[in-house]
Amino acid sequence: MTPQQGQGSIDMKKLVYMDHAATTPVKPDVLEAMLPYFSEKFGNPSSIYALAHDSKEAVEHARAQVAAAIGASPDEIFFTAGGSESDNWAIKGTAFANRKKGDHIITTAIEHHAVLHTCEYLEKQGFTVTYLPVDNYGMVDPADVEAAITDRTILVTVMAANNEIGTVQPIREIGRIARAHGVLFHTDAVQAVGAVPIDVKADTIDMLSLSGHKFYGPKGIGALYVRKGTRLDSLVHGGGQERRRRAGTENLPGIVGLGKAIEMATADIPGHTAYIAAMRDRLLKGILAAIPDTILNGHPTMRLPNNLNVSFRYIEGESVLLMLDAHGICASTGSACSSASLEPSHVLLAIGLPHETAHGSLRLTLGDLTTDEDVDHVLEVLPTIVERLRSMSPLYAVRNGGI
Amino acid sequence: MYNETVMDHFMNPRNVGEMKDPDGVGEVGNPTCGDIMKIFLRIRDDRIEDVTFMTFGCGAAIASSSMATELIKGKTLDEAWEITNKAVAAALEGLPPQKLHCSVLAEEGIHAAINDYRRKHGLEPRPETGHAAHEEAGGDAE
Repeated sequence: MTPQQGQGSIDMKKLVYMDHAATTPVKPDVLEAMLPYFSEKFGNPSSIYALAHDSKEAVEHARAQVAAAIGASPDEIFFTAGGSESDNWAIKGTAFANRKKGDHIITTAIEHHAVLHTCEYLEKQGFTVTYLPVDNYGMVDPADVEAAITDRTILVTVMAANNEIGTVQPIREIGRIARAHGVLFHTDAVQAVGAVPIDVKADTIDMLSLSGHKFYGPKGIGALYVRKGTRLDSLVHGGGQERRRRAGTENLPGIVGLGKAIEMATADIPGHTAYIAAMRDRLLKGILAAIPDTILNGHPTMRLPNNLNVSFRYIEGESVLLMLDAHGICASTGSACSSASLEPSHVLLAIGLPHETAHGSLRLTLGDLTTDEDVDHVLEVLPTIVERLRSMSPLYAVRNGGI
Repeated sequence: MYNETVMDHFMNPRNVGEMKDPDGVGEVGNPTCGDIMKIFLRIRDDRIEDVTFMTFGCGAAIASSSMATELIKGKTLDEAWEITNKAVAAALEGLPPQKLHCSVLAEEGIHAAINDYRRKHGLEPRPETGHAAHEEAGGDAE
């Protein structure tokens, strides 16, 4: 059975959704699991009556589901409001809890802003941060991690897989290096969970961030794995929830949905990978064959199975997105023009793309509901769009010996 | 993100293409910033008889180019010079704040093309004016 079968009847016929790195739809089974916890089983898990006991049990069941998915113990899982909070907690919590030991953090130039902006905040608080470079495929060299460690280093934080170009990092090797030097290792695994196998023990991970809406769970719910014995200050103070480490009444339906979603997402990663990657590879092959002057961004093999990131030279990414949208295709770009900045994606610049090439990037991320027909539709539409935009591009005219 | 008028000028841009033997050409922008706009003018009796453009850029840049060419076609050079980025944005019925620089580019493109024409005819180029502010970036929400 393919992953798309047995997922209910979400009607996506009029929409080709290829932006699963941004978010995913909640699966029917996940939604079904969540629904009773909005109105029937609504008790506050912190209360003491039977209704609340059911809620408490549901939270602990979900905690066990998350733990099982990443090889952790349930008491090492803490629910948060999502990946950004998990990243903030892991990094700030480590920094403030270990300040007497050291003030140096190592990360990479291609982390998500939830990590980069947190590190920049800590720099303003007096910490020092090393931003490691990556190679042209977006890969971090573990030797660079080891060379950057000093006697003041308290944390290495390197993402498991990049959200833009899909490159999967050698986190097991990096984790071992950090452990050997007595340095904590955190990984932002928001894009990796459900896509590649993760075992926090085997991968020597001390803290791991994940987010429900990236693997067909609800938005606004995530988790942080914290290895037993890890020194970590709290980020959210208040009540005694999450064993007094993260205050706030639990997002009960969200937690239930997260548990169900991660269980489903990690049930058959090899089968899932085979299904998605085959379509992704056909899509890439078709694009490269039909559209000259196209560059694949990210690692050719060590990449997320659903991620395809290309740059079309001589045109700009937002224009491609708008025209794709007119054909019912949802995608993403690292071009500055899709945001409020003139700078294209820091990831694309970090892998060495010239600005004008980075501006022409397109990210297509496939999902469980993606079909061969969806791939065919993109392959039918995209070359025409690129050709049309190039026909009005002064850069392309110069390339062809024109103006 | 864009209103219907902007989308119409983006999806159906007017006056696109390279002009053979133009009387004035203006190129503004920078590939590093993600926008290059090139405006071609054909001038008869001090009036813009025809105008075309080529643009490397986002939806707002292409729509601004298209609207700018529509606004100046048939105008005298003096009238065309007075077309501001605000006029371009207003004719498009508004642009998102972070995209206003695209309309500035259109104004600058017109000025550059007119000044190119003036230089070719031994006239002093007119002084340039105006720039838009830029803001900060986003990404995938975790």
